[in-house]
Amino acid sequence: MPYPPVGAIDCDLHPAVPSIKALLPYLDDHWRDMVIQRGVHELDSISYPKNAPISARPDWKPEVGKAGQDLVRLRKEALDGFGTKFAICNCLYGVQLLYTEDMAYAFARAVNDWIATEWLDKEPRLRASIVVSPQNPDYAAAEIDRMAVDKRFVQVLMLVMDEMPLGRRRYWPIYRAAERNGLPVGIHAGSAYRHPVTSAGWPTYYAEDSAAQSQAFQTTLTSLITEGVFAEFPELKVVLLESGFAWLPAHLWRLGKFWRGLRMETPWVDRHPLEIAKDHVRLTIQPYDAPPRPDDLEKLIEHFDSDEMLLFSSDYPHWHYEGNNAIPDGISRALQNKICYDNPLATYPRLKEAVT
Amino acid sequence: MTVETIGQASATKPANQKLAIADCDIHPSPKSVEREIFPYLSKRWQDHYQTYGMLLRQPYQAGPAYPKGQPDAARRDAYGPNGEKPGSDLEFMRKHHLDPYNVQLGVLNPLKSGQGLQNPDFAAAYCKAINDWQIAEWTSKEARLKGSVCLPYEDGFLSAQEIERRAGDTNFIQAFMLIRTSEPMGNRRYWPIFSACQDANLPLAVHAFGFGGTPVTGGGWPSYYTEDMVGHSQSAQSLVSSMVLEGVFERWPKLKLIIVEAGFAWAPSLSWRLDRIWAQNRQELPHVKRPPSEYMAEHIWYTTQPFEEPDRRGHLKDVFEWIGWDKLLFATDYPHWDFDDPTRIPLPRATDEQKEGFFLGNARSLYGI
Repeated sequence: MPYPPVGAIDCDLHPAVPSIKALLPYLDDHWRDMVIQRGVHELDSISYPKNAPISARPDWKPEVGKAGQDLVRLRKEALDGFGTKFAICNCLYGVQLLYTEDMAYAFARAVNDWIATEWLDKEPRLRASIVVSPQNPDYAAAEIDRMAVDKRFVQVLMLVMDEMPLGRRRYWPIYRAAERNGLPVGIHAGSAYRHPVTSAGWPTYYAEDSAAQSQAFQTTLTSLITEGVFAEFPELKVVLLESGFAWLPAHLWRLGKFWRGLRMETPWVDRHPLEIAKDHVRLTIQPYDAPPRPDDLEKLIEHFDSDEMLLFSSDYPHWHYEGNNAIPDGISRALQNKICYDNPLATYPRLKEAVT
Repeated sequence: MTVETIGQASATKPANQKLAIADCDIHPSPKSVEREIFPYLSKRWQDHYQTYGMLLRQPYQAGPAYPKGQPDAARRDAYGPNGEKPGSDLEFMRKHHLDPYNVQLGVLNPLKSGQGLQNPDFAAAYCKAINDWQIAEWTSKEARLKGSVCLPYEDGFLSAQEIERRAGDTNFIQAFMLIRTSEPMGNRRYWPIFSACQDANLPLAVHAFGFGGTPVTGGGWPSYYTEDMVGHSQSAQSLVSSMVLEGVFERWPKLKLIIVEAGFAWAPSLSWRLDRIWAQNRQELPHVKRPPSEYMAEHIWYTTQPFEEPDRRGHLKDVFEWIGWDKLLFATDYPHWDFDDPTRIPLPRATDEQKEGFFLGNARSLYGI
C-alpha cells in the first residue's frame, strides 16, 4: 500500500487520556471530590479492549500505559511518521457512556480543556473535535458554543450508537449548534451500549462487535437522512470516523429504493439519498474494509460516483496496517491527493482558514 | 377499514413471460384462521388464540408499530374477485401470478405463522398447524408450489422436532425463520436447528422481519417504516457475521443458508470487512478455520427482491460478479406492495446461461428439484 503524500491531513487519530487522574485539574471542585470520594473508575469503553489487536499497533504500544497517551511518541510516530500537515484528535474517553447527564457534561468539559492544554497548546499541527455529552443535547450544544471560540477545535464528536438513532429530533440542538459554529459533526465507531450492538441482541465475540460497527453506521446514515437532518441544517456536514466505507454505495442504493416507494412518509427528503450523501457525508479511509484486489477497489470507487467523499485517516494508534502504508492500493494519485488534502480542507472550514 | 382495491380488469396485465421462473418468496395467507388453521390446532391452543390472541414481542395486538406502506403491505390488485385477502386464494393466485409470469417453482413463505410468539409452546403448535395447512390448502393442490417448514425458532429443540417431522416430505423444500431473532443467529441456542436442517438436507431460509424484542438498530428504535425496511439489510449482515464467526458453517459443513428479502448488494463489503476482522482476531476465533468470505461464498444464497437499483446497471454487474451469479435467486414477494416484476427488474447485462440460472436454474440446483 502507498504512503500518504506529504502534507496530508489526518482526520482521525486518538490521543488517550492516560488516567482519570489526568482530568482532575480540569474538573470543578464538586466533580473532583466525587471522583475521589466515589472511586470513579477509568471510563475506557469496551469498544476497544486494552490489549485487543485493534486497540494498539504493537510498535505503537508503550510498555507502560496506553497507546496514544504520549505526545512525544504521537508526534514522532503519527505526525512526523506520515508527514501530516494537520491531524484531528478524536478522544475516545467514554464520557458518552455515563448514565448521569450532569456527570457526563462535567467530564466532556474536562476532556476538552485537557486536550486544549495538554495537546493543542504543545503541538501546532494538532486540531481536535469537541467531545459532547449526548445524554443531554442542550448541555452538548452549550459545550459546542463554549469550545468553538477556540479555532483549533474543528469538529463535534459523537458515537455512532447512542440512546436513539442520531437523526432523531432529540439531537437536533447539537446539529444546530454545530452548524451555527461552522463545525462538521464527526460520528465515530463505538456505542453508549444502551442497546445490544446488533438488532438481534448481544454477540458472543468481540469480532462481532467490530463487524457490527459498519451496520450501525448504515442505520445511522438512514436515520440522519430519513429524519431530515440535512433538510433542516443545509450547511451541516457529517464525517463518519472508523466507519469503513465499502458499504456506502450499496446501502444508499437500498435506501434510495425504499425512498422511491415510501417518500410519502418523509416528504422533506426531496432528493435521492445518494445525492444527499454526496453533499453532506464524508468517510475516513481507515479501517480499510474494501476489497483486497486493487482492480475491485477501482470498481467500488466508481460506485461512489464522487471523488469528494473520502478523507485520509491514520487512525493512530489503532492497528489496521503496517508501516506508513495507510493508503490502499488501487487509488489513483489524483484521488489520493483529493483524499489526503483537498477533501479534508473542503470538509473542515477551520482547516481551510488555517492554510490560506 | 375498507381497502380500496384495483380489480383485475383495470390492473396492469403483465407481459406474457416466456422465460420460466422460480419465485423464491411468495406469501400465502389463510382466508380465515378459524376455518383454515384451527383444524390443525388442539382445543387448548384454539382457546388460547381466542383468549389472548397472538402475543409477539411488539407493542400492538393488531400489527407492527411501523404502519406499512399499503394495507397489509399488499398490492391493491392482489385481492381476489370476492375480496379475498391477498395471497389467500389459490385459484386467483394461479391466474394473477403463477400463470402469467410462468412460475415453474413457487416457494411459499408464510408470515404470521406463529414464529416469534412469546409463548414457545404456542409458537410450536401454531407453526406445526401452518405447516399442515400449507400441504392441505396449497402444495397438495398445486404442484408448482412448495412449502417452507415454519420453525418456532426461538426454541431450538422444538424447531428440530418440527424439521424431523417434515424430513423427506416433498411438500417442503426448506426450513424457514425470520431474521430478527432474540439473540444473534449463530448463538448455540439455535444449533439444534442447524443440525436438523443438515440431517434432513433442507436449506434454511431466513426472511426479513422478526420479533426478537431488541431495537432494530444498535442505536435504538428508528422513527420510520422506511428505516425499518432498509434495516433488514443491516440485521441480515449481523446475522451473517454471527453465523460465520460462531463457526456454524465449520460445524455443519453442508448447511445452506438463504437470505430472503433483505438485500444482497451488502454482501461483498461485509465479506471484505469480516475477512480483515477475522485475520486480526484469530486468537478469539480458533473455531473459524477459514476466511469468512469463503464460508459466505459456499453457504449463502440471496433472494433479490426488492431488487437493488443503482443508476448504472454496470455497478450492479460488479456486485453480481462479486457475489457469484449462481448465488442469487429471483423472487417477487407476491402479493406484497414492493413486488418485483421479472420483466422489469434492471438486471445487469448477462449471458443466457446466467439469466436462466438467475431466474430458475439456481433455485433448482439449490433445492435439488
